[in-house]
Amino acid sequence: MLRHLGALGFLLFWLLAASGITLYIRFDTSVAGAYDSIGELEWWFGGVLRSMHRYAADAFVIVVLAHLIRELAAGRFRGFRAFSWISGVPLVWLMYASGIVGYWLVWDTRAQFSALATAEWFYGAGLGVEPMARNFLGAEQISDRLFSLFVFLHIGLPLALLAGMWVHVQRLGRPATVAPRALALGAIALLALLALAQPVVSQARWDPGAVPATVSIDWFLLFAHPLMYATSPAMLWALALGATALLAGLPYLARRPRLIPAKVSAENCNGCGRCVADCPYEAVRLTGRRAEVIAERCAACGICAGACPSSTPFRSVAELVSGIDLPDFTVHDLRRRLQAALAARPEGVVFRCEHAKQPAAGGEISLRCLAQLPPSFIEYALRHGARRVVAVGCRDGECKWRLGLELSAERLAGTREPHLRANVRATKLDDATTFALR
Amino acid sequence: MKQALRIAAQLALYVPLMALIGYFSSAPKFSPVRADEALLRLSFIHAAQRKQPCRERSAEELAKLAPNMRAALDCPRERAPLLVELELDGKLVLRREVPPVGLKGDGNATVYHRLPVPAGRHRIAVRLRDRPGEGFDYTREETVELAPGRVLLIDFVAAQGGFLFRL
Repeated sequence: MLRHLGALGFLLFWLLAASGITLYIRFDTSVAGAYDSIGELEWWFGGVLRSMHRYAADAFVIVVLAHLIRELAAGRFRGFRAFSWISGVPLVWLMYASGIVGYWLVWDTRAQFSALATAEWFYGAGLGVEPMARNFLGAEQISDRLFSLFVFLHIGLPLALLAGMWVHVQRLGRPATVAPRALALGAIALLALLALAQPVVSQARWDPGAVPATVSIDWFLLFAHPLMYATSPAMLWALALGATALLAGLPYLARRPRLIPAKVSAENCNGCGRCVADCPYEAVRLTGRRAEVIAERCAACGICAGACPSSTPFRSVAELVSGIDLPDFTVHDLRRRLQAALAARPEGVVFRCEHAKQPAAGGEISLRCLAQLPPSFIEYALRHGARRVVAVGCRDGECKWRLGLELSAERLAGTREPHLRANVRATKLDDATTFALR
Repeated sequence: MKQALRIAAQLALYVPLMALIGYFSSAPKFSPVRADEALLRLSFIHAAQRKQPCRERSAEELAKLAPNMRAALDCPRERAPLLVELELDGKLVLRREVPPVGLKGDGNATVYHRLPVPAGRHRIAVRLRDRPGEGFDYTREETVELAPGRVLLIDFVAAQGGFLFRL
């Protein structure tokens, strides 16, 4: 599940969109009718669907924050990851804004509390603008037009969020925006169960002349209101803006990894585009009939070199130059290391990803990524005396460079170019695959 | 066996997560005011008078201006700040000078103040000065009975004579 937090976020967004659109069909967008139109919904519609909409919003908050913490803990926010990180920061604001405005539509005392608290917060920014709270102070100030604005915001903000999510994944090759089927069905089923077990209910109707002594609030989405009353609007602004600045500034505060980006050899690149298709960070593009590396996006993982058709050790040239390669760990280096390993231990060769569970032992060939290894190297080793070849990938099945394991598996299964030839038999066990000639 | 363990591990993660969502999505309750309190809100928008009165331009001054700019009166745009005071049972609880908005300081001044007060009978006095100088231009003093959980809104509409108390 933790590996699919981003995809789970997309799933919950679509679940929110679908349930929200369905609820909107029965929703009366007027001051007089909104509260009753929600109260009159049948249990199977209002009870379950509305509850799922609400719980999916809470789950969305948890998943997004867990995603943020996980990426932060893994250090995936700097260098070539900075764009995805920074573009994710405004999404947190949009997520909260979308959720908070959604509560106002119910037009109960919780909506009243939240709308006024938000208005007081904006007034507390000290910009001297007309207090938004005046819109909610008396029955005469509240019109259907204001309600139309709420609806517009509750549609517009999630649309902006969706646009932001699209931008967020733009620098990722094959972005994981679809959760695995079992996970998706499990999440939906559990939300439905929760909705059945504990259907959400509205509070008392909005009364501008009253202030509720207690409000049943959603702490995932509305926690900022109690925080503001416990401190001050200015403090909440300071915390919110400070946290935003800190998150957005992290890529610049943290030390950038010193990477030597991949390099294209014009003489050896035939413009096939395999490196473009396989790059996990959209760091390679085709210009005319030649690949071009966008240096600041390059993770130096070597997946592009593993995808290049010219990265074959069977070439008879003395200096093996690939169409695209890592300057500090070339395909030529790899062939040299393989030849040395074959000479030292002809009974077996081990290629090991440097992020595997165990570090490479003496005599093993360490790789930046399993997908840095062109499949032809496996056949080369077997044809040059190795009785078996073992390739060990990242720990726990999660590639450090996002797609390495997936791409490597596809190449070895023969469903992706460059593929492993059919005369090699592969046997997979946990993180390791063993190869032998048929 | 491995698959069963995996499912059990997933359930061990999902079920507490759903319980967490179920609970914190509506609990614990929050109290914006105490049960024995009412709320007083002072909120209004008002444009104060100009800092300087309009002045009649002399013939020489008018002659120096472009023909289309020859307005007889020269009225500086900047407005005076509002001075607001709120007194509760004889105790001053708010005294605030509120500047007008706008780059030229010629816009409205806005006031919003939220004050939880114990429920019961209170003597409330509110005063406003909206011009340069001393003293107050608008004053209203009332004794009000505030029930727990009710809101007293104090608004100001100059056209309606000044402060309005809305319960």
